[in-house]
Amino acid sequence: MTLRRKETLAAWLFLLPGFVGFAIFVFGAVVFSSVLSFFEWDMLTKPTFLGLRNFTKLFLEDKTFHLVFRNTLWFVLGTVPTRVLLGLIFALILVRNIPGRTFFRAAIFLPVIIPTVAAAMVWRWIFNADFGLLNDFLYQIGVSNLPRWLSDPKWALVAIVILSVWKDVGFSTVMFMAGLQSIPTTVYEAARLDGANAWKTFVHITMPLLSPTTFFVIVINVISSFQVFDQAYVLTGGGPGNATNTIVYYIYNNAFQWFRMGYAAAIAWVLFGIIFIATFVQFRYQRKWVYYE
Amino acid sequence: MRMKVKEKVLNWSLFCLMVIVAVVMLVPFFWMFSTSLKSLGEVFEYPPKWIPRQPHWENYARIWSVVPFGRYLLNSVIVSGSITLLHLLVASLSAFAFARLNFPGRDKLFLLYLATLMVPGQVTMIPNFILIKLLRLTDTYTGLILPNVFTAFGVFLLRQFFMTIPKDYEDAARIDGASRFYIYSRIILPLSVPALSTLAVFTFVFQWNNLLWPLVVVSKDSMKTVTIGLASFQGMYGTTWNLLMAAAVIGVLPSIVAFLIGQRFLIKGITLTGLKA
Repeated sequence: MTLRRKETLAAWLFLLPGFVGFAIFVFGAVVFSSVLSFFEWDMLTKPTFLGLRNFTKLFLEDKTFHLVFRNTLWFVLGTVPTRVLLGLIFALILVRNIPGRTFFRAAIFLPVIIPTVAAAMVWRWIFNADFGLLNDFLYQIGVSNLPRWLSDPKWALVAIVILSVWKDVGFSTVMFMAGLQSIPTTVYEAARLDGANAWKTFVHITMPLLSPTTFFVIVINVISSFQVFDQAYVLTGGGPGNATNTIVYYIYNNAFQWFRMGYAAAIAWVLFGIIFIATFVQFRYQRKWVYYE
Repeated sequence: MRMKVKEKVLNWSLFCLMVIVAVVMLVPFFWMFSTSLKSLGEVFEYPPKWIPRQPHWENYARIWSVVPFGRYLLNSVIVSGSITLLHLLVASLSAFAFARLNFPGRDKLFLLYLATLMVPGQVTMIPNFILIKLLRLTDTYTGLILPNVFTAFGVFLLRQFFMTIPKDYEDAARIDGASRFYIYSRIILPLSVPALSTLAVFTFVFQWNNLLWPLVVVSKDSMKTVTIGLASFQGMYGTTWNLLMAAAVIGVLPSIVAFLIGQRFLIKGITLTGLKA
C-alpha cells in the first residue's frame, strides 16, 4: 500500500464514527425531511404524495401560519435591535476601567447560561398581573393602567420580548467586548494626537473597526430569534388566542401534537428559507457598512 | 490633571448606571430564590415582600416528593454528560482527520459538514423523531442522546484549533515511529485542552437547557429531564409558586456550576468560534 493510500485509509478510520452518525441524523435527515415535505403522513396510515400542496396551502390558505409568521417577525424586530444596541452600550462601558466591572460582566452574562425554561418560569411570576413584581413596580412609579401582561394579546408578545432581551443581551455584550478589545490602542492614540473628540473617535474609529463584530452579532441574533420556542412554550403556551404562537411552536404542534409530519416538514423548510434569505440579504448588504482591514 | 478628574467622574457615573443594570439583571434571580423560601400564603401577599419572614427550607425538601425531581436531575446528568463526552470524542476524531490528514475530497466533505450548520434543528428534528419512534427508542436514553451527538459545530471549532498547532511536534513523533492515533491522543488532544473544555462547557450547558428534543421523545415521567420536568411541574402545580421557584433554583444551578468551572477557557473559545474568521 502506498503512503498516500495509507493516509486516506487512516483519515477515513478517524472520520468513520462521526460520519456514520452524520449520514443518518444530519445528511439523511435533511434528505428525508425534504421528501417528507411533499407528502401527507400521520405515521399510522400510508403517506400520500401531495406535490407542492403543503407549500401552496402554507402560503395561500393557512391563516394561522400567516399569523404565526407575523408574530415571529415582530419578535425578531423587537429583540434583535434591542439586544444589539444594549449589548454595544454595555460592552463600551465594561471595557473601561470602571470599578466592579468583573461583577457587572458576570451579572449581565448570568442569564445567558441558565435554561430558558427556568428563566421563563420566574418571569411568568414577575409578569403576574395581580401579584407580580413588574406591575407592583409600575404601580409604585404611578402607572395607573396596569397591563395584564400574559392574558392580554397586546402585551403577551411584548412580555416575551422583554424576557428574551433580558436572557440573551449578555451574549451580544460579550461578543462586543471581545471585538472592542481586539482594536489596537495605537489607533486611538493616533486619533487623540490628531485632536479627535470622543464622539468623532467613536464614529470614525470604533464603529468601523467594530463593524465585523456588529455584523456577526446581528446575524447570529436574527438566526436564533427566528427559532424562538421555549419562551413562548413556558410563558404563554402560545396564547392568549394565538398571540404568541411562533413558527417553531407551530412546527411543534403540527408534528408532535397533530401528527401532520409532512406539513410540519414543509413549515420547517419554509423557516429555513426565511432564515437563509434573511442571512443572505445581510451578507449582500454588509459590503456597504462592514469594514474589513 | 483635569483630564484625569473628568475621566474619574465619567467612570463613577457609568458605575452608577451599571449598578442599575446589574440590579435589573439580578432581580429575577433574587426573586426566584426569595419566593422559593416563602410559605404559600406569603407568596400571594400584596405588596410583594422581598425577604421572607421566616425561610421555609422545607420547600426544597418537598419538591423531591411532589414530583420525582431527583430522577429528572439524574436523567439530565446522564443525557447531557453522555452527549458531551460522545460529541467531544467523535468531533475530535473527525477534526483530526480534517485538520491533520490528507485525503481526496477532504475540503469538499468539510464544506458539506459546515453547510449543515445553516440548517435549523427543526428541519432534522422531524425525521429524527420518526426514526427514533420506528426504532422504538422513544423514552430511552439512547433516543435522548444519539441524535444530539452529531453536529458540525464541534468539528468546526476543534478543526480550527488543531490547525494552529505547529506541525513540528507531530513530525518529531513520526520520526520516532508514532502512529497517527498516538499523535491524536498523546500530542494533539493534550495540547487542545482549552478548546476541548470550551466545547465541553458549551455542549453540556446547551444540552442541559435543551427543551424541545426531550419534549418530543419523552412521555414517561421517569424519563423526563429537568427542563421538561420543570415545564410539566408548572403545568400541574401552577399556583404553588414557592415550590416552582425552588425547583427552578435547582434546575439553574448545574448550568452555573458548569460555567464557573469552564469560564477561564470560555472567552478564548468564543474568540475561537468565529469572531476571528
